[in-house]
Amino acid sequence: MVPSMSLILTNRVGQPESYTLQVFEKTGGYQSVKKLFSLQPNQVIDEVKNSGLRGRGGAGFSAGLKWSFVPQDTGKPVYLCVNADESEPGTFKDRLLLEDDPHQLIEGIIIACYAIRSHTAYIYIRGEFDLPCQRIRSAVAEAYAKGYLGKNIFKSGYDLDVTIHRGAGAYICGEETALLESLEGKKGQPRIKPPFPAVVGLFGSPTVINNVETLSALPFIINHGAAAYRRFGTEKSPGTKLFSVSGHVNKPGVLEKPLGYPLKDLIEKDCGGVLGGKRLKAVVPGGSSVPVLNAQDVETVKLDYESLMQHGSMLGSGGVIVLHEGVDMLWALRNLSRFYAHESCGQCTPCREGSGWVDKILVRFLREGGTSADIELLKDISNNMMGKTICVLADALAMPVLSYLKKFPEDFAAHFRGKTAQAQMHVL
Amino acid sequence: MTMEFSPENKKKLAEILSRYPTKQAALLPTLWLAQGEFGFISQETMEYVAGLLDISPAHVYGVVTFYTMFHRKPPGKYNLQVCRTLSCALRGSESLLDHLKKKLGIGENETTPDGKFSLCTVECLASCGTAPAMMVNQKYFENLDASKVDEILNGLK
Ligand SMILES: Cc1cc2nc3c(=O)[nH]c(=O)nc-3n(C[C@H](O)[C@H](O)[C@H](O)COP(=O)(O)O)c2cc1C
Ligand code: SF4
Ligand code: FES
Repeated sequence: MVPSMSLILTNRVGQPESYTLQVFEKTGGYQSVKKLFSLQPNQVIDEVKNSGLRGRGGAGFSAGLKWSFVPQDTGKPVYLCVNADESEPGTFKDRLLLEDDPHQLIEGIIIACYAIRSHTAYIYIRGEFDLPCQRIRSAVAEAYAKGYLGKNIFKSGYDLDVTIHRGAGAYICGEETALLESLEGKKGQPRIKPPFPAVVGLFGSPTVINNVETLSALPFIINHGAAAYRRFGTEKSPGTKLFSVSGHVNKPGVLEKPLGYPLKDLIEKDCGGVLGGKRLKAVVPGGSSVPVLNAQDVETVKLDYESLMQHGSMLGSGGVIVLHEGVDMLWALRNLSRFYAHESCGQCTPCREGSGWVDKILVRFLREGGTSADIELLKDISNNMMGKTICVLADALAMPVLSYLKKFPEDFAAHFRGKTAQAQMHVL
Repeated sequence: MTMEFSPENKKKLAEILSRYPTKQAALLPTLWLAQGEFGFISQETMEYVAGLLDISPAHVYGVVTFYTMFHRKPPGKYNLQVCRTLSCALRGSESLLDHLKKKLGIGENETTPDGKFSLCTVECLASCGTAPAMMVNQKYFENLDASKVDEILNGLK
């Protein structure tokens, strides 16, 4: 039965003690596991492939397809790493799932591990997450005590260990290969791909890395089937997605919506409209790393992979940051350039130097005013940062820079030398 | 006196080591234990941890300095970490930070003379929907404004 209220991921959110095993089981929790062990691992992979579930950590890669890349003949263990590092600015949905429904994640972990034939999962959780960490820790302990984790889980003959691994403050550790390095006890510096983690991952073994939200969707898919999942969303972007809405809206928060939902409705209907009745200026739709949208885009764009792509942006992590007419986009961009310059791991010259330069130029632009030559320089640096580095953190700054310049040229022009006093509403 | 974990932490370390195929993988968890017990990660702590895990002190040093949450000096009793990233900045984190600086009479990355408060900025805490946010030691405080911050500070003895 599909519960009536009902979406897929957030049915227990906000319910009293929703994080306890007792409430979880009373509300249908761990039901999918019985069915799971009657299926072959490959059947599970096929079901998830057919559901069209795509990775919710940002890259949007098909979950089932990723699992199918794991070789089964290496003689090495297979690992699952749960990406609970959630550090993309504007994103706070995994935190909600960890705090309010940690057992749903564990159920998802059991499904994923069984499918890829893994007996060991690590949950990599960002170091700042104190309450979420306590919640998932207690949930794992409850699951072990009940025989849902450990040896012979659910008396199925299948063994599964889950270990929680706490990060220590570094955005880059959310990048999947940096996460692996960090788990191995090193600096979180991304690895060159290939080899891909599915083949050579954690401790040199085949490894799948999945986001918390991706895994939390699995119990529904196994319980109700791929077709039921596809009843939500669009043909090409099936299912639901969590949107973390922040910035200038009256009611910020995490909302679960079918993919394809209009961004305008999300802001106007679900989040009470723009703060203070002001006019909308811009929306960053998928976490700070994606290109920005202007008010005109917001009129027509839908929250799915294809529509956002058509509008020159991306779904990313679903972190929706709303900016009203009072915001100077140069100031907003500089806030982000500081973030990326700070978080670059420093391995690649275009990223380390490029992010530093972009930040310096934007600071000078804000404080002393800039020139059209500065604009050209920003474009030039950004173009040289894209597609040239080990991971895409460099692109995650370069793409926003180019899009802010393209969509809000007047905000930069307002800071051309001689005009600075008038333009500076936000002085750093 | 040479540095050593409490018996309780020694037990925890053994449990941690049993969860990984290499000793080095236990480095972050072990550093967390050490910071919890000793308050910060000194040179001596790094050497101790290196010895426990059969890795070089230089490797431990590299890791400690890579991650922002490991302290190489003891922070104030209450470490105020104000989020400065976009969603919080849109909701007033800059003026919040100014307010704290004035109130405590210290700048960023400084500690009050009595050792009670440290102040710093951090990047997005995943509290963007309840911005502006700050962390005091490990605890989140959200939906902040100047008067709420004053109340919080008064509650910290
Ligand atoms: C700089 C950077 C930071 C990232 N941070 C996160 C993160 O905090 N959480 C996350 O799930 N994925 C993050 N990712 C994406 C991961 O690399 C990876 O694609 C994802 O965890 C895979 O899981 P999924 O397929 O279930 O989405 C980040 C990627 C990059 C390049
Ligand atoms: S692109 Fe930047 S963050 Fe990524 S590996 Fe290179 S230097 Fe590190
Ligand atoms: S921007 Fe401050 S918590 Fe995300």
